[in-house]
Amino acid sequence: MNLRRDVFQAIADPTRRAILLLLATQSMTAGAIAANFDTARPTISKHLSILTECELLAQEQNGREVHYHINAKKMKEVDDFIEPFRKMWEHRFNKLESIMKKYKGK
Amino acid sequence: MEQKTKVTAPAGKQEVLITRDFELPVELLFKAHTEAEIIEEWMGNKVLKLDARKHGSFDYLAIDPKGNKHSFRGAFHDVIPNQKIIRTFEMDGPFGVQLEFYDFEKITEDTSRLNMRIIYETLEQRDGVLKLPFVQGINWAHNTLQEVVSKRK
Repeated sequence: MNLRRDVFQAIADPTRRAILLLLATQSMTAGAIAANFDTARPTISKHLSILTECELLAQEQNGREVHYHINAKKMKEVDDFIEPFRKMWEHRFNKLESIMKKYKGK
Repeated sequence: MEQKTKVTAPAGKQEVLITRDFELPVELLFKAHTEAEIIEEWMGNKVLKLDARKHGSFDYLAIDPKGNKHSFRGAFHDVIPNQKIIRTFEMDGPFGVQLEFYDFEKITEDTSRLNMRIIYETLEQRDGVLKLPFVQGINWAHNTLQEVVSKRK
């Protein structure tokens, strides 16, 4: 399953993170997004297509314009991916706590 | 269920933050991190070596259900009783060495907080560690228990 890996490569790039931030509150056209960066327009297009491919962004036809917006569900998945790691520590710490509570009682 | 342990992996930064409040005096929380027998109990690893003091080191061994051995090793850079542990941590595999800061904080006489900050050499290493299947398996004993419990549902 390489899709997940792609998602993390996608958000590892500073420009792509900036794009996601920009789109956090509004949907925008590629042109409007590119206007926020000094980077060449084709580079921004490339970033947008990577973000779209891994479903972090979705496109929406709006008359003649294409608007990009964040795919909240996918962003949630990105959050969820640390859940197993969190659970591991939760279990360890629960155990630590119960062991030391008994220790305290000794 | 309440989530007592908070984990944050900031986007684009090669670090992970872990925070947990305990219903334990800070002295006991700290002790659980520096005494071999106690560590074996809650980490589920064998402690082959533990010299929890400045410039000391540790060597842990975990055996998975298939009988494979996994080593976890590192060196203590600083150990300040009931306050702080700074150490490195390295496991088998392409995951590099991580630098760990443990901050022990007294909240009340009977409660305390642990703030852990783990810094990886690269973002790729951090994400690699977070995505490891071992993350679910590292505490095999707990996992087995969890399986038993979830099968009853």
